[in-house]
Amino acid sequence: MLFKNLFLGVLVLFSVLGCSSQKLDSKPTISIWHWMTDRDSAFQELAKKYEALTGIKVDFELYAPSDAYTQKIRAAGQGVNLPDVFGILGEKRDFASFIRAGHILDLTSYMEAEDNSWKNIFFPKALAVNEFAPQNSYGINPGIYGVPIDIMTIQMVYNKRLFTQLGLNPKQPPATLQEFLDIGPKLQAAGMQGLVSGWGEVWMIDCLANNYAFNIMGKDKVLATIKGEVPYTDPDWIQVFTIFKQMKEAGVLAQGLVTMINKSAEQLFANEKAVFAFNGSWCVNVYKGMNSGLEYGAMLPPQASDKHPIAIWGGAGSSFMVNARSKNKEEAVKFLTWLTNQDQQAYLAASTNNLPANKNSLAKIPEVLAQFARGMDYATHPNVWGVSEFSLVIEAFDRGIQSIIIGEKTPEQVAQEVQTIKERELAKKRAQ
Amino acid sequence: MKIKETLENYVFVLPAVAIFSVFYIIPFIWVFQLGLFEWDGISFTKIFVGLGNFKEIFFQDVNWWHAMWNAAYITLIALTLQNILAFMLAWACDREIKMKNFYRVIFFIPPVLSEVVVGMAWRFIINDIDGANIINRTLIGMGFGNLAHNWLSDPNTALTTVAIVHCWKGFGWGFLIFLAGLQTIPRELYEAARVDGASAWESFRKITLPLMVPVMVLVAILTVLGTMQVFVLIVSLVGGEFAGHTSVPVLRILASMRGSSRFGYACAQGITFGMVLIIISFIQYRFSKKGQ
Repeated sequence: MLFKNLFLGVLVLFSVLGCSSQKLDSKPTISIWHWMTDRDSAFQELAKKYEALTGIKVDFELYAPSDAYTQKIRAAGQGVNLPDVFGILGEKRDFASFIRAGHILDLTSYMEAEDNSWKNIFFPKALAVNEFAPQNSYGINPGIYGVPIDIMTIQMVYNKRLFTQLGLNPKQPPATLQEFLDIGPKLQAAGMQGLVSGWGEVWMIDCLANNYAFNIMGKDKVLATIKGEVPYTDPDWIQVFTIFKQMKEAGVLAQGLVTMINKSAEQLFANEKAVFAFNGSWCVNVYKGMNSGLEYGAMLPPQASDKHPIAIWGGAGSSFMVNARSKNKEEAVKFLTWLTNQDQQAYLAASTNNLPANKNSLAKIPEVLAQFARGMDYATHPNVWGVSEFSLVIEAFDRGIQSIIIGEKTPEQVAQEVQTIKERELAKKRAQ
Repeated sequence: MKIKETLENYVFVLPAVAIFSVFYIIPFIWVFQLGLFEWDGISFTKIFVGLGNFKEIFFQDVNWWHAMWNAAYITLIALTLQNILAFMLAWACDREIKMKNFYRVIFFIPPVLSEVVVGMAWRFIINDIDGANIINRTLIGMGFGNLAHNWLSDPNTALTTVAIVHCWKGFGWGFLIFLAGLQTIPRELYEAARVDGASAWESFRKITLPLMVPVMVLVAILTVLGTMQVFVLIVSLVGGEFAGHTSVPVLRILASMRGSSRFGYACAQGITFGMVLIIISFIQYRFSKKGQ
């Protein structure tokens, strides 16, 4: 009898628990994977706020460092078990591969609903990074496939206090390459280090070189080079390579720059051991953490030519994509709409010192961040060019610049080597 | 009856064979299979290219063979400098010296440290902007100021500097294995040699060295396998491949996977690299057999 009662009791208990869990399941949990260590606590706060508002739980899962995150996302993509929302770190072709594999929802209809009400809140250049234009070279259906969470620009920063020590005007950073090169002897006389950056990790070299390529030859010629219509041995490209030689010879580059990791470069600049740094707008938060009293300003890379405006890399800093296979995709889109609203974006900007993707949330940002934001007028990004260079060519290009800086190769030699690889890759592509 | 016994024996080895197959053989075959495709690692479609990736590695990829050469250079330094140091220290600690247990602990600290930590620490020691610059200061203090320079950013010294830091980090493993090997040599052999009038050098040459050959082969194989696969330390010390001067095979594989999104090619590189390591280990093993 006792056993029978116990059995019935357990049965009733399980039935009740079963019913209650069914009830809880009626509101979905949105799962989001990201790599942004500095933004995790702000995301968690916003998730709590959203749950209080809607009853829908949002589960932000942080996977850092970014390399590990990239591998995790790829593995999850191959296993078709991506979360409801995720970000992609990589080039536009990786983004395109995810879309081609059916992992990413086309958000165009959501963005354009109610007279483009969602689309219009973003900086157009931030949205462009997540957009595929008609007849794009990736073969993706035109549309918007990602939601920018913040924006970034990569520019130069300079230390105002060290500028004063060098007898320079801290309100007037060098505007031309010659003015920049002229600072070299002053730096050497004062025993100070010039420009620091993460050039050991090479992609930042690529970034500055492209800035100068746009400045010297203009966008059309850069894109024509990528398409294989202009060779890298063209005098304009040799001029781009020569800039790095000039910088080295003028003494404006810090010692050991070619093997410097960006974290070391950030430490050097924050600790006032270097006068200039080439870094992204995310550095504002990093420098604040390392030295809150640092006095510095942001500036565009000094122009090498007045033929074309200088261009800097910028656009969406980080974006979120919605899993096209998710059963919670409608809820995920609603959450992202809420997350990119003015208030939430202002909160994210204030708490993480990143530039908001919502153009209406720029009102209360620090001056140096505003300087980075103004750089958006000059921003471009390889992801919006519609064509992409062969990765082996990019590798040879970046390695070549490292070789120029250490005096191992001349600009002409590097240009020839890059062109040889370009021709080989073009021939391979034609043969396919 | 005999069949039953045979089957029983197979049952005993079955778990080990199953584990070995699932975690080693099958992945190896799978990676080889992926090496026959052009694949970005994301799409569901792969293009079959046969042995095209392997052909590219062997006949076109100059960077790959340059990276192999760099790894071989680091390995050569590790096989000589690192292992001679490890053997000498193990031999010293095997003898009756003061504080030998203290030394044993100290020598084993570098191998248990993370390669990232070791890289950062040595970067601080070597680097002359943000670091302590100890090496250059010492050189200047000793009157060799003309030798002081940025060791990690000079293409002539970057790889050797990486190799030396790798040796510092790795010698503790060799030390431990050599010490264990030395302790298995019966003490009576040394006593008998001493009674027969053998000098310390003769005892070392005629007893210690011959009996330590199998241990030396083991350490050499482990050194080759460990050193050829070095990469975390390089990333931590110089940020990456430094215009190819610190490029190693694992960094090339990573560049193919992440930089170029060529997963199929990266798999072919992995298989080629694995085969090279297996062949080197096999040759070492055969030489040691001949030596015995």
